[in-house]
Amino acid sequence: MADATATAGTPSDSEKKVIPTPLTPKPADNAPKADKPKDKGPTPNFDKLAPKRSYLNRRKRKDIAMHVLIVAAFIVALIPLISVLWTVIANGVGRLDGYFLTHNMRGIVGGNPANGTTNEYGGIYHAMMGTLEITLGALIISVPIGIFTSIYLVEYSSKGKLYHAISFFVDIMSGVPSIVAGLFAFSLFTVILGKGTYNGFVGAVALSVLMIPTVVRSSEEMLKIVPNDLREASYALGVTKSRTITKVVLRTALSGIVSGVLLAIARVIGETAPLLIAAGTISSTNFNLFSGRMMSLPVYIYNEYQQGTATCTVNAVNCVPGIRMERAWAASLVLIILVLVLNLIGRLVAKIFAVDDSQK
Amino acid sequence: MSSNTAKTASGAPRRGHGDHGADKVFRYVATGAGVLILAVLAAVAVFLLIEASPVFTGDHAKVQETIESFTGDKAHSFWQYVAPLIFGTVLVSALALIVAFFIAIGIALFISQYAPKKLATALNYVIDLLAAIPSVIYGLWGGLVLVPHIYGFWNWVNKYLGWIPIFGSDPATGAISNPPRTIATVSLVLAVMILPIITSMSRDVFVRAPRLQQEAALALGATKWEMIKLAVLPFGRSGVVSASMLGLGRALGETMAVLMILSPGRTFSWHLLLAAQHQTIAANIAAQFAESNNMGVSVLIASGLVLFVITFVVNFIARKLTDKEVQ
Repeated sequence: MADATATAGTPSDSEKKVIPTPLTPKPADNAPKADKPKDKGPTPNFDKLAPKRSYLNRRKRKDIAMHVLIVAAFIVALIPLISVLWTVIANGVGRLDGYFLTHNMRGIVGGNPANGTTNEYGGIYHAMMGTLEITLGALIISVPIGIFTSIYLVEYSSKGKLYHAISFFVDIMSGVPSIVAGLFAFSLFTVILGKGTYNGFVGAVALSVLMIPTVVRSSEEMLKIVPNDLREASYALGVTKSRTITKVVLRTALSGIVSGVLLAIARVIGETAPLLIAAGTISSTNFNLFSGRMMSLPVYIYNEYQQGTATCTVNAVNCVPGIRMERAWAASLVLIILVLVLNLIGRLVAKIFAVDDSQK
Repeated sequence: MSSNTAKTASGAPRRGHGDHGADKVFRYVATGAGVLILAVLAAVAVFLLIEASPVFTGDHAKVQETIESFTGDKAHSFWQYVAPLIFGTVLVSALALIVAFFIAIGIALFISQYAPKKLATALNYVIDLLAAIPSVIYGLWGGLVLVPHIYGFWNWVNKYLGWIPIFGSDPATGAISNPPRTIATVSLVLAVMILPIITSMSRDVFVRAPRLQQEAALALGATKWEMIKLAVLPFGRSGVVSASMLGLGRALGETMAVLMILSPGRTFSWHLLLAAQHQTIAANIAAQFAESNNMGVSVLIASGLVLFVITFVVNFIARKLTDKEVQ
């Protein structure tokens, strides 16, 4: 508004300056206006300024068009989501049963069922165990590092160089491609233990590289919103800083941190590429995290998909050519349920925390 | 207790000896964890360098032999080997970003400006859901569902937009590839995968746009879209750019969806609708890794290092932009 009055004021100033110069034709036009300020002030021609109807319509049309486009963008994004969920459920539910969840792929060749049976086409028990152990391994590595780092960032650092360096590189780390994390874990163990080290722990290290930044970021946010009054009250009672952090700050932020960790697990549990490189593939169940190849659910899905249609010999009975895809879909359904349940629990925990916060 | 109060009364808060020690240990552990993260990131670079070094310092003849066996005698040096992969990686990520950018901005505006509050929270869940689906499932879906169904669409694009070289058909056969295991299909899947990141970050920026300016724009008679154009978009510009860069970083490193959908090739072709033309660094590593010998692994790790550097630069720029915005 200030600009508008300033520009409106300038013409009258310039008029005064213009009048003495005889070359400009303007004085003639200005003459009637010059009289008016004495009684009424200038009366602008409002009709001339009024927007034309076509212009208004154009603006309105554009507004509606953009509204439609924005809603359309949203609907376009829903299509793949619904399609993915629908196809995974529709295709996966057929193979998903108790047998599928409790057996591994030992003795399963091509599209044939296991030897001596008619309907046992192998399952994902080994992959589920592998995913469980590898994810637990990653959890054990990354949660302490992540939480202590966030404690440093929020409670101890003086916002100096180290703070900025860590904060910045945590962000950079969250952008490390998953396959590079896998290559890193592979290289690390190759350098330390020699060539050909494939085991679940290598995979856990790779996953923790991807998990640490998520844990740091979420716990940092949670620690930041712990009210300072609580800390000061604790100090005022003579409690040491470390006790204040463990007994007051962490306890207050606990559910938020747990929720962040659950979301971090949900993020890494579906990682395929690093495990493909670090843990390899195997068809039998391996419970030892530190020795031997280990299957995991995402790698299992990829492995089944990548082998393609099974070839059935002419006289084979019970041979299902598309069995690998069926297994891949069923395993995907298990993985999606796992991820969604983790997400749901994470959000529920966070919500309970929010209720606590309002009660204070 | 009484001794404690006596000590604190003297000024600086002093505590029992044992507690002081525990305090120090706790502090060191916390600081150590922070430093460890820096060390891990340095270790990522160092160990990749160690494992990749034979490619640059080792036996040249052996390197050449390995690369020739990888590419069927098409490339002879490491940079010849990795150049088409870099091209493919950047091309598919850029395409994914172009597709995802406008849709993500649209959704972010819808959530922050148009949708009623209850719907907006529901939509946030939907976006989170989209982000939660593992990439291998996107790959499976892309390979088994999208590829057979999208041929008709690409055919239509080729028919009406074929005069644009990138949508042109194969000069040899006069048609586009079917099944369309092409870079165009892959970029659509990648676009879906990076959509949630760009959307959620842009939404956060748009929500923060100054309310008073929005109301002022509306009070002056602006339509809703004009208000968004005047008061919301300019405010969110740098945030949106940095969100896109992060999305780009994610697309650059995406492995499984590319590996499971794309039919790989090693050309610098701009034909988006032809299969067996492109490959990305990440998918190439995953595809070749299991069957590689020592030198092959080194070559692949070296290419991984190149990918690391590219994503590092992209993320670096994104974070610098965010920092600037915060300041």
